[in-house]
Amino acid sequence: MKYTKRLDGRKFEEARPIEAKVGVVKRADGSAMFRTGKTIAIAAVYGPRELHPSHLRNSEKGILRCNYNMMAFSTAQERVRPGPSRRSKEINLVMEKALLPVLDLSEFPNTVIDVFVELPQTDAGTRCAGINAAALALADAGLAMKDIISSISVGKVGDKIVADLSKEEEDFEGGATDIPVAIMPRTNKLTLLQLDGNVSKDELKEALEMAKKSCQEIYKIQVKALKEKYGA
Amino acid sequence: MEMNKEYIESLLTKNLRLDNRKFSEYRNITIETGISPKSALGSARVKLGETEVIAGIKMDAGTPYPDTPDDGAMMVNAELIPLASPKFESGAPGVDAIEMSRVVDRAIRESKAIDTKKLCIKKGEKVWLVFIDIYPINDAGNLFDAAYLAAISALKDTKMLKYDAKEDKVIYEKTTKSLPLLNLPIECTVVKINNAFLVDPSYEEEEAMDARLTVAVLEDNSICAMQKGGDQPLTAEETLKMIDIAIEKSKELRKKL
Repeated sequence: MKYTKRLDGRKFEEARPIEAKVGVVKRADGSAMFRTGKTIAIAAVYGPRELHPSHLRNSEKGILRCNYNMMAFSTAQERVRPGPSRRSKEINLVMEKALLPVLDLSEFPNTVIDVFVELPQTDAGTRCAGINAAALALADAGLAMKDIISSISVGKVGDKIVADLSKEEEDFEGGATDIPVAIMPRTNKLTLLQLDGNVSKDELKEALEMAKKSCQEIYKIQVKALKEKYGA
Repeated sequence: MEMNKEYIESLLTKNLRLDNRKFSEYRNITIETGISPKSALGSARVKLGETEVIAGIKMDAGTPYPDTPDDGAMMVNAELIPLASPKFESGAPGVDAIEMSRVVDRAIRESKAIDTKKLCIKKGEKVWLVFIDIYPINDAGNLFDAAYLAAISALKDTKMLKYDAKEDKVIYEKTTKSLPLLNLPIECTVVKINNAFLVDPSYEEEEAMDARLTVAVLEDNSICAMQKGGDQPLTAEETLKMIDIAIEKSKELRKKL
């Protein structure tokens, strides 16, 4: 099915308006807010701190533990039942894998770095917004990082490759494919890659190119947010 | 760094608090509504100094309780999410979160602030259910008062959903109709440390407190709910003194709504 014009009037490669802010949760060791369109993610980092239960401890290095949660009133539909779901558990896992490659936790054996991501309002792209907020929060916590992580969802709506799908686009009656991607902006290496839908190899290639470009834009916004707190 | 109890107590004997406030002084209060307008039917963010709490409202249609066939129902849920403090842990709501949600719930319920008769869709069969969900974003003390202010501010911000009587289902679309609200009480928490009574405790002061009293005060200064907390007992005189403080402060808080 043809998709000639985006439902919210954006260009096909255009992300929604983005806002990032570092240091939004004072009691946390590091924190940040990342918003794309109507999707808002708040991330807080605690640690390195003692890890419980102790059998999870690693004597070689610290572990990263992500916790993603949609607030009960965060969707435009029915109330979300509080508590972890199979979906949120999988997102925790892929977020950890997306963020770990830039961290060196060998200095903190037997400890945990907890990353809590809360979403007060959602409109698709939540794991990507969560990763962007979490990366900033980790930097804000003063952890040594090789790079930031920048993330966006690209995909196909109808017959077009687009960046930063909205919920309305994910539900497009002509079919939509969602491809959440995270990259290390300095090297363009991928640390998150998932896909739901149906695309050809060429379409995937085009989508990944678009993701790289979008992530570079997000990277700039992340750096700017860090500079706003820490100066040049 | 955690402040120790002795230091806080020694300050209080000199009529001082860690942040130089008067004993009966709240931190700067800000209330913002409509913070999650695309998802919640009503929402609010409340800040007491660095303490920040958000609340959102969802509605659904459901079966009424058999003993109140033409009354809508309300549920309050609070989660002390680990994002907000190094002390909070993941998992099902613990007893502190349950107490907080029940203290908020009781003030709204006992005051009959929500006109539940107007939330009846079809007697004995369908009524509106109102869900109040509360989340702290940063715990710098006195989450109870912040949570309560967030809950009632979100209720005041709420726009009802549509109900399609023909199809017998909820349409997830906001109307312009507000939630039917009557007299809302104000909750004020007073803590006792040694012989001092303080409002709006910081988290250091909460750590040092002997007792806590949360009082829900209606506009006519009557009391519709109370909850004592903390490990130490209170005398009747002390209790009445704390209630006086709460009544006095409730007037000030009411103006913020």
